Parts: sequence; C-alpha cells; structure tokens
Amino acid sequence: MADTTSAPKAVTDETFDAEVLKSDKPVLVDFWAPWCGPCLQVAPVLAEIAAQHPEITVVKINTDENPKVAASAGITSIPTLNVYQNGELVKSLIGAKPKPILLRELADFLN
Amino acid sequence: MSDVRNVIIIGSGPAGYTAALYAARANLNPLVFEGSVTSGGALMNTTEVENFPGFPDGIQGPELMDKIRSQAEKFGAELIPDDVTELHATGDIKEVKLHDGTTYRARSVILATGSAYRELGLPKEKVLSGHGVSWCATCDGFFFREQDIAVIGGGDSALEEATFLTRFARSVTVVHRRDSLRASKIMQDRAQANPKIRWAWNSEVVDIHGDAKVSGIRLRDTVTGEERDLDITGLFVAIGHDPRTELIKGVLELDDAGYIKTEGRSSRTSVPGVFACGDVVDHEYQQAITAAASGTTAAIDAERFLAAVEDVTNGLDEGAVASAAKERTETVANWSAVTH
Repeated sequence: MADTTSAPKAVTDETFDAEVLKSDKPVLVDFWAPWCGPCLQVAPVLAEIAAQHPEITVVKINTDENPKVAASAGITSIPTLNVYQNGELVKSLIGAKPKPILLRELADFLN
Repeated sequence: MSDVRNVIIIGSGPAGYTAALYAARANLNPLVFEGSVTSGGALMNTTEVENFPGFPDGIQGPELMDKIRSQAEKFGAELIPDDVTELHATGDIKEVKLHDGTTYRARSVILATGSAYRELGLPKEKVLSGHGVSWCATCDGFFFREQDIAVIGGGDSALEEATFLTRFARSVTVVHRRDSLRASKIMQDRAQANPKIRWAWNSEVVDIHGDAKVSGIRLRDTVTGEERDLDITGLFVAIGHDPRTELIKGVLELDDAGYIKTEGRSSRTSVPGVFACGDVVDHEYQQAITAAASGTTAAIDAERFLAAVEDVTNGLDEGAVASAAKERTETVANWSAVTH
C-alpha cells in the first residue's frame, strides 16, 4: 500500500496559486469530487505515484468546494488530471486510467 | 505445485465479487483481480440503485459494490486492485500476467470483465472528451448547471442519466435513433413527466460542433435524412456497452454480438476450466442482480469442475469419475476425461 504521508495534499481556490502555479516542481492536479466513482477508483493510483515519484508534486482539488479553479481551468469532466509547470498547463488527462498508462503519459515529468 | 490456485477471478462488478463470495465460502481461496481503476465495475458510475432486492430504500451503486466486496473478503477472497494484461487459458494450469510481468497460476479462471462504454465513432468525440463530451452523468452533470445538454440513447441508462441531469441542466434533449424507447416503463414514465426533458426522435448524431469545447451537434433524421443543428454545451453518450473480451480474443468462442459464448444456462465457455459471467456474457438483461446471479453460477461451475479434476488426479478410474461427474453435469465429465 502507498505511503500515506505522501498522499496527495488537498489544495483549494485560495491556495491553488501558491501551491500549484508558483511551484518550482511540476504539479499534477487531480480534479475530483466525492460523488464521482472513477475519481475514487483512481485515487489510490495517484497516491502510489505520489509516494514513488517525489520529482512531481501530486495534489488534489475538490471541485465541489472549489468552483473557481475548476471553472477557470474549464473542467467539465472528472477526474481530470492536469500537470502545471512554471505556472502553465502542460498536460491534461481525462478520466481514470491505469497506472502504467498514467506513468507513460507523465513520463516527461518523471525521473 | 503449491503456487497453483484453485480459481482466479478477473473482474469485480456484481458478477466478479459474487463469484468471489461463493468461491470463498466453498473454501477455494479465490484470487480476484479487481482492476486498477475499474474496481466495482459499471455500478461505480451510478447513483441510486432502486431494483436490487433487499434494499427497499435503494442503495448507492458504489456502496452496494463495497458491501458485496466486503462480504467476499470476509470469507477469505483475496482481492488485488490491478489489471490482468495477459491470460493463457487453454492448458490445465491457467496463467494470468500483470503489466509488470508478475504471473499467477490457477486450475480455473472466472471471467467477469464486464463491458465498456460504446462510443459514437465520430471524429471529434475523443478530442472533445472532457470538454463537453462525457460518459458519466453522475461525475460530470454538476458542471452543466443551467446549460442545455443532450443525452444520446434510448435505453434505461440513457433515461436514467437524462433524469439525473435535469437536477443541474436547464434542458436535456434525449436523442434517439428510433421513435420508441427500449427503456423500462418506469424510467420512460419518469422521463416523460419531467418538464426539463425534450425529445429528438428518429435522430442520430452525425457531427459534434466546437473546437475547444462542445457548442452543438448535427442531427440527421433517420427517416427523412434531413439534417439540423442542436445548440448544446454538453453531450452525454449512453448508447450501450461492448463486452470487454481483449484478454481472450481468438481463444474463447464468442457469439455473433461479440459476447463470450457459454453453454446453456451454465457459465462454461468453450475452454475447459474457464467460466464467464456478468455483462461479458449477457447482452440481454445486464442488471446488477442478473450479473450477481451469473457470478454465483460461475463459482458453482468452477467448484464442480475442480472437484471433477481432483477425482481424476486422485486416481479414481475414469469411468467412476465420469459417472460421478455426470451427476454434476455432463460436460464436466467430458472435461475430466480431457484433463486426465
């Protein structure tokens, strides 16, 4: 099981700018909501990636409680996994995907 | 060969978990590959399940799956949240491989791999997926507040989604290829009484408009051939499912519709020791309860198969085995001769 101490940290409308856009490292943002089955299904996979790949920061944002970021990111489907690097959106993945596929898609940001 | 399990179950909806429950109670120590991001199966994308017996007040799909899962685990089913990428099904010992190459072996396999959403097959569907095109109303409905959207399809899933989406949307147009619905009467009545639901009968989607996000769809009348545009910002596709048979393509016999062929009312496939249940065999009913029931059938079939194989390996003469097995089922008897 994944190391829970590196489980994805929750960010909010208030902290998104500082924690994601101003981060030195690439940040993978998991846009999710508690009512979304596939979001719950992919969460353990993201926790594993977070534990195994310190070179990328993995965070999650509850789109129900943080509508501003979700709206400005144009989210209409969850889970959406966005990667931000130097404040820019550099990758966007829609839907719950198995770990090997996520690792392949994220290869540019992983060691 | 201590590392050879009795039974490996691939898949984890109501069929897979129920097969696991029965196999566990039969002391078969089943190993279940639940899928890394598909555990719980199709019901994980639903909200209220109103027709599963025993829950008069309804139950949430994910909660129901969690309950059946716990019940299987309680009796000793071993559950692994990972995907099987390869299956060697034809030998006496079946081999299952994961993406990292880890191999598991068993004398029997139960396939409960379910089905995947069918796509419209339009060029822009993939590009606009997540940008207005959605396959999960319960996940994404929330993002379409006060918008005009459409649901494609005419079955129970389509009407259930349409009805659910009226909680958020300004209007929901149901686009259906025919002029009558496949959906059950109760779902039809509910949808038809809903003032937010509109109907586009005899209509199929021929194009999706929009570059960065969906701005509309082009519909063709299936009777007159006339085309018209419908301005919408969200498109929910609910035109049915296709069985997930990638693992056994070319190995197991499939029926004309591409579902795994099983013998009569049993779960026995064309390969001895391989059983199939749930949506991957069923294009007729596809209910949580019928999937669960077929999971039961598969576990019992596997148990009887294993018992027959054991009789053979314990040195009982083939005639005695055959007649004992005949009481169980005739086919198992044939298989025990094959495995001898």
